[in-house]
Amino acid sequence: MGATMQSNDAQAAAAVRVSGLRLAYDDFLVLDGLDFEIRRGEIFAIVGGSGCGKSTLLKHLIGLRDPAAGSIFFGGEDFVKASESDRRRIQRRFGVLYQQGALWSSMTLAENVALPLETYTRLKAARIRQIVAFKLALVGLAGFEAFYPAQISGGMRKRAALARAIALDPDILFFDEPSAGLDPVTSRRLDKTILQLRESLGTTVVLVTHELESLFTLADRALFLDAEQKRATALGSPSALRNDPPNDVVAAFLRREAD
Amino acid sequence: MPRGEEASFSVEEAPGGGGHRVVLSGVWTLEAALPPVARVVERLRAAGAERACVDSGSVDRYDSALPAFLFELAAAGKRGGIELTEDGLPGDVTRMLAIARSVPARGGGGGADPGGAVARFGRMIVEFFRAAADLLRFFGRGIAATGELLTGRSAMRVRDLTDVFVGVTVAALPIVSLISLLVGLIIAFLGAVVLRQFAAEFAVAYLVGYGMLREMGAVMTGVIMAGRTGAGFAAELGSMRVNEEIDALETFGIRPFGFLVLPRVIALSVAMPLLTVYANVVGIFGGYLVSEFMIGIPAPIFFEEMVRVVGINDFWLGVFKGYVFGIVVALSGCLRGLQCGSGAGAVGIAATRAVVLGITLIIVCNAIIDWAAAALGI
Repeated sequence: MGATMQSNDAQAAAAVRVSGLRLAYDDFLVLDGLDFEIRRGEIFAIVGGSGCGKSTLLKHLIGLRDPAAGSIFFGGEDFVKASESDRRRIQRRFGVLYQQGALWSSMTLAENVALPLETYTRLKAARIRQIVAFKLALVGLAGFEAFYPAQISGGMRKRAALARAIALDPDILFFDEPSAGLDPVTSRRLDKTILQLRESLGTTVVLVTHELESLFTLADRALFLDAEQKRATALGSPSALRNDPPNDVVAAFLRREAD
Repeated sequence: MPRGEEASFSVEEAPGGGGHRVVLSGVWTLEAALPPVARVVERLRAAGAERACVDSGSVDRYDSALPAFLFELAAAGKRGGIELTEDGLPGDVTRMLAIARSVPARGGGGGADPGGAVARFGRMIVEFFRAAADLLRFFGRGIAATGELLTGRSAMRVRDLTDVFVGVTVAALPIVSLISLLVGLIIAFLGAVVLRQFAAEFAVAYLVGYGMLREMGAVMTGVIMAGRTGAGFAAELGSMRVNEEIDALETFGIRPFGFLVLPRVIALSVAMPLLTVYANVVGIFGGYLVSEFMIGIPAPIFFEEMVRVVGINDFWLGVFKGYVFGIVVALSGCLRGLQCGSGAGAVGIAATRAVVLGITLIIVCNAIIDWAAAALGI
């Protein structure tokens, strides 16, 4: 493993570039020395055991926390140093699916999907209704517009949150543990939806997961984080890493072995 | 296990000069009286031990208390510069210890900070100033958000504003009515008892009018709203924080302040003056009931006396206080809600802190307004 893990494929354009990133909660260091690129259009997984900082890294990538050091570039723009208005402009290109969906509980599914459209576009109400109905149909929830989040199942909530995440046709979709709390069948269905969306929309997908099934089904490349060493220890395609693991931790993780 | 069975230990020099031995004997169970770990370390130190082996061969009976003791002893010995090994342990105890030691203890900061009484007091002081700074910053963001609203750049939805307004006014009427009526009754009753000694019962009307309009109407409504609505705002926004709903707003570039806080502040700053006027009316009616049926002052005289002393400025002062308290209660509730940590318990803490902050600020603001009113001759 080299000092950096940047792509050597000069042809692939980077959707996200992370450079010298250090993440910390006050004086408690979570991760350090992160250098990697996420290529445009790929499904990029952030992987590791519980407590290794996967979700923390995601929170930094989407701007919910500021890093202790380092930079995050979206299409050449430094997100960390950007002004608040520039940050909002960059965030406008994100779609985020949170672990529990994070649908706004006081709004119906239609209102959840419509809010980003109402905030960022000047579309008329009828057009917004049309787009909302279509996005909900894309995730298999046609006809559920008037339901509140509390009235539908966990899997449906995740899909509704996905419809909200793609409301503004984002360039990059971030997923935080999409399979968390779902049964295997619902989980695979969600994986399939993610793949279909990537193929139809061409969106770059960044996925935080510790679920091997999703990892091997979805990810083009995976970044392994190590809680002990507080850094990334491997980057590559999941199957290549399984066949030729660069270290014992990655080998044990991909082969579902405990120490 | 019969009471009185005890665990005991002795420190001996190992034969052949190979360091020391800690020999454990007796009953080492959760119910038995175990020696403190510090005493074992102290005895080893007194014996000048650098290395010691714990021998459990003479232990009669044990449960998980034995490995727990050995686990702590090894750590305490290490801190004291004594290397401890174990000998003669039963297989299950060895296995338990191996599992417990397989993952090294996490170092670094974080977690609970025990500290002493002085440190806790210091932290309280720091926390107080931090809370004051947070509130000022929050107030500043409120002004900025109001500017955005006036220039049409706010994410606030009118429906949210009307929903909150209805929730904080109509639903609060029964409790405001009850408390205000009782406050009016109490002021008049206490006044009657004291003023009777000076044959000045008629002055009860001044007391009730002056007390309700200038002070009690606004303050009691503020306290009710801090306990009811302020806590409700904190719990609502806290739950949204826990469920990542606020994160979702932020990543869509929607500022939570404009979307969530502003409608609550506006709704409460409009509702509170109205509720204060209502509380004043009900409270004065309560005072009149005491004056009519206990003291025997009829309604025309009661209200005539009241109007003779109490002026329109007293009324407007109370309404102004209601407006200020409305802003303060809404900001306290929303601030504590947005500051909510993770987990269900954090929501309860946020609600409690919102009530404490809200009531404290009501009292402080009331004192400042009274002082300013006195200085201005109002």
